[in-house]
Amino acid sequence: MTAKLRILLPQLLVLAIVVGLGAYLIHNTLDNLARQGVATGFAYLDREAAFEIGEKLIPYTSADSYGRALLVGLANTLEVGVLGCILATILGLIVGVARMSRNWLIRHIAALYIQAIRNVPLLLQLFVWWDLFRVSAPPPRQAWQIMPGFFLSNRGLTIPLPSFEGGFHWDIPHLAGFNFAGGHIVTPEFAALLIGLVIYTAAFIAEIVRAGIEGVSKGQTEAALALGLKPRQALFLIVLPQARRIILPPLITDYQALIKNSSLAVAIGFPELMAITNTTLNNTGQAIEAISLMMIIYLGLSLITSALLNWYNARLALKGMAR
Amino acid sequence: MIKATTLAVALVMVAFAGPALAGPTLDKVKKNGVVTCGVTTGLAGFSIPDRQGKYTGIDVDTCRAVAAAVLGDPDKTKYVPATTQQRFTMLQSGEIDILTRNTTWTLTREGDLGFLFAPPNYYDGQGFMVAKKAGVKSAKELDGATVCVQSGTTTESNLTDYFRANKMTFKPLVIERLDEVENAFYSGRCDSFTADRSGLAASRAGKAPNPDDYVILPEIASKEPLAAVVRQGDDEWFEVVRWTMFAMIDAEEKGVTSQNVDEMKKSDDPEIQRMLGVKPGMGKSLHLGEDWAYTIIKRVGNYGEIFDRNVGKDSALKLDRGLNALWTQGGLMYGMPIR
Repeated sequence: MTAKLRILLPQLLVLAIVVGLGAYLIHNTLDNLARQGVATGFAYLDREAAFEIGEKLIPYTSADSYGRALLVGLANTLEVGVLGCILATILGLIVGVARMSRNWLIRHIAALYIQAIRNVPLLLQLFVWWDLFRVSAPPPRQAWQIMPGFFLSNRGLTIPLPSFEGGFHWDIPHLAGFNFAGGHIVTPEFAALLIGLVIYTAAFIAEIVRAGIEGVSKGQTEAALALGLKPRQALFLIVLPQARRIILPPLITDYQALIKNSSLAVAIGFPELMAITNTTLNNTGQAIEAISLMMIIYLGLSLITSALLNWYNARLALKGMAR
Repeated sequence: MIKATTLAVALVMVAFAGPALAGPTLDKVKKNGVVTCGVTTGLAGFSIPDRQGKYTGIDVDTCRAVAAAVLGDPDKTKYVPATTQQRFTMLQSGEIDILTRNTTWTLTREGDLGFLFAPPNYYDGQGFMVAKKAGVKSAKELDGATVCVQSGTTTESNLTDYFRANKMTFKPLVIERLDEVENAFYSGRCDSFTADRSGLAASRAGKAPNPDDYVILPEIASKEPLAAVVRQGDDEWFEVVRWTMFAMIDAEEKGVTSQNVDEMKKSDDPEIQRMLGVKPGMGKSLHLGEDWAYTIIKRVGNYGEIFDRNVGKDSALKLDRGLNALWTQGGLMYGMPIR
């Protein structure tokens, strides 16, 4: 028996046990479900969903399938996820730099923000934002008009959209019956979720940014200043580009957390992936299938985020130092 | 996330559940001396914990009646609060013995989920509530409205069907917890709040800032027969739950109440004699003691008493008997003969 085999054998054994246990569980589950007369399989995805969705980026009616409804939910999750990551990065960068400011007030405000936001549960923060938008704004008929077409009410903020039907014109929102029609509406649920996620995640990103800046040798700043660069130029041209290599890897975790945290939207009624899955699960009763599908999708989103940033990170790595 | 975790635990329980569980619920309940029922996280009149943490409601009394029939004591019950999403998995996995959680009897829930429904303990229908100042008189005027609805209920699908059938559009605001649905509606985020009419009445009486500011529209959007649910393939247990409901309805029809049940034992009516075990045989057929129905009526009450106490004239909800009156009084409550 070679040494190689001796090392390999225990590993193969463990793998076999894990796979075997997994197979047993799956088999036993299917067996029990069949015995209890519970339908299994993914055929439900083609059935008519027969429920309406409040906010959708892709065309959908209640006559479409459960599969399509799931896509609507995924699109909403991606919308919040992508916008959230971009905005949280910008805010986190500002707060992180402010945290190291030589100005006492700015430095301490940033520190207070980071400590307060990081230590209050996100769900609670979402409720606060939601209540704020919902309760402080007037009903639609007394909506505040900020600019022509921009109405703020407890139904959300309306925005005119360009339209190309029958020649270019602006699709201006207007009051029609109970609600506003035309244009786009940013609902209190979407706004609360996006703002809540951005503010929460930015607090974590700010600390990563601070660690990144502190990780760049002080000599770099001193050298830059000695060459006649202004402090701001030293920060943006010399320190931050080097800090990026330190910031990027931990940033991946925060992006993934933001995307996963978006599932808290079920509590405030934004129809993202988790909310749509809940409704599907209840209407069809296919709990195991629906939950598995959701797990796979979230796993996929996390892996894609990770892959994209790792690729970018590899590009940034110092040549010759990259492993 | 808490819910997802619970669900995951329930799924794991399904995965690990030992093979072949058909039939043993009645034996298990007798052996453990407790009936475990899935209830709501709080719906006035149906199942809600009071200040002392004691559960009350029409669904709770249904569970208590089963415990009275099987164990001779309605207090030998345990209540597990379940969200709308968790409830079916909890029953499938055997975590609860009966689901008494204002659950609507539908075809797919029996066909696909592997359940059986007992006779309804409340015939409900879906309704719409609006603020009085909106000036809406009919649900047919709700075109374009934003409607608040709780997720994971038949209500959500019925809402869509109703608007589709009437060629109207709407925007749903679907929220997981009933409290938050109510907050959203009473703060004006939605034009209408849709739920079972009994639930709307309970919400208006208990949660509205001023109950007189809200009206429940006359249209009934769907049939909602609410009933206790058990697993398929356990016929003895199903029979016990089913006949517990019938015994309560038959008792009301025969005028047997918790007050007069002892005198009624002397009744000459053969059906009352069979029901109360004066003439033995019925209990044995159900694998129960001969005083099964006597204990239900003595300790929990007949259907009328349970209705009045929890949702009817003696409760805060003050709902009419309506469809839930006895068949002899124009309602749908019809107990099969005990013989």
